[in-house]
Amino acid sequence: MLNYIFGGIIIISVIFGIFTGNGSALADGIINGAKDSISLLTAMAGMMLLWSGIMEAASQGGFTKIIGRALSPVLRRLFKNVGKDSKALNYISMNVSANLLGLGNAATPFGLSAMGELYKLGNSSEKASDDMVTFVVMNTASIQLMPTIVGTLRQNYGSQTPFDILPCVWISSACALAVGLGLSKLLRR
Amino acid sequence: MDLFMPLFIAAVVVLGLIKKVPIFEAFVIGAKDGIKTLYKIAPTLVGLIVAVDMLKSSGATDVLCGAVTPLADALGFPKEIVPMLLLRPISGGGSTALLTNIYKDCGPDSFAGQAASVLAGSTETTFYAVAVYFGSVKITKTRHTLISALAADFTAAVMAVLTVRLILQ
Repeated sequence: MLNYIFGGIIIISVIFGIFTGNGSALADGIINGAKDSISLLTAMAGMMLLWSGIMEAASQGGFTKIIGRALSPVLRRLFKNVGKDSKALNYISMNVSANLLGLGNAATPFGLSAMGELYKLGNSSEKASDDMVTFVVMNTASIQLMPTIVGTLRQNYGSQTPFDILPCVWISSACALAVGLGLSKLLRR
Repeated sequence: MDLFMPLFIAAVVVLGLIKKVPIFEAFVIGAKDGIKTLYKIAPTLVGLIVAVDMLKSSGATDVLCGAVTPLADALGFPKEIVPMLLLRPISGGGSTALLTNIYKDCGPDSFAGQAASVLAGSTETTFYAVAVYFGSVKITKTRHTLISALAADFTAAVMAVLTVRLILQ
C-alpha cells in the first residue's frame, strides 16, 4: 500500500512540476524535505524519550493495573463471551490501559496475546468472532490521554498553548470509540 | 490544561516512591524504548516528508485542495485537513508529514492547525492495526471490522472540527 502511495505522490509531483514550470521549486522541495524531516525528528526526540520513560515508570508503579481495574466492569460487558478471570480479559485490559497511557509499544504485544486467546475461544476458525471485531475496532480508535507527539510538534511550530487541544482530543476519541463500538455491535448477525 | 502534564508526572513519581519502585531505572528503560521507536520511524518519516514536500512544491497540492474545497465546505471542514483525513487511516508517517505541512502553512494555532492536531490525536492507523491484529491469528474474514473502524475515524474527524470550533475558536 505504502509503495503505491509513495510512488504515486512522487510521480504526480514530478509530472505536475514539469508541466507547470515548477521544476526548480521541486528540487528545492526535495532538499528542504530531507532537511526538515531530520529537524522534525530531533524536535520530537527529547519528548518521545522523556514520555516513554515516564510511562514505563507509571506502568511499574501500578498505573496500568489501576486503570485496568477501573475498566474491568466496562470491558466485561463489552466482551460477553470472555470469562471474568480469563487470560483473554486480562490481556485486553492490559492492552487498553497501555493504549490509554500512550504506550503503543507495550500495547501491541498485549493486543496480540489477546487476539491469540480470542482465537482459541472462537473455535479457531478463519472468520473473525464478534469479540475480535470489537477488540480490533477498539484498537483502531485511538484512546490516549496525552497525545505527546502532537503537542510537541505544535510547540515546535510556535504554538502558544500546545496542549489546549486535550479536551477536544478526549471528546473526539470518545465519540469515535462509541460510534465504532456501536456500529460493530449493530452490524453483527 | 498546561498543568496536566506536570501534575501527571508528579503523580507517577509519588506513586512510584510510595510503592518503592525504582522510578529512575524504570524511566531509563522506558526512554530506551522511546529511542528505539524513534529509530524505527525515522526512515519512514524522511521518505514520506520528502514525498509530501515534493507534492507541495510542484503545485499539485494547491490543485488538489481546490478540488476538494466544495466537499470540505459542505462538511464545514477546513480544506487543508481533507488530504490528511484521507491518508490518516493508511499511513501514520504520511499523515504526520501532512500535519507538519499544515502547521507550516496555516500555523499550529489556526483553525486548520488545531483541527488537524485533534484529528491526529484521536485516530489511529486503522488499516495497519487491522492487518497486524487479524494477521497475527490468520483471520481472513474480518466481517464488519473495517467499516466500523472507518466510521469511527470519520466520526473523529467531524468531532475534531466541531469541538475545535466550539471550544477553542
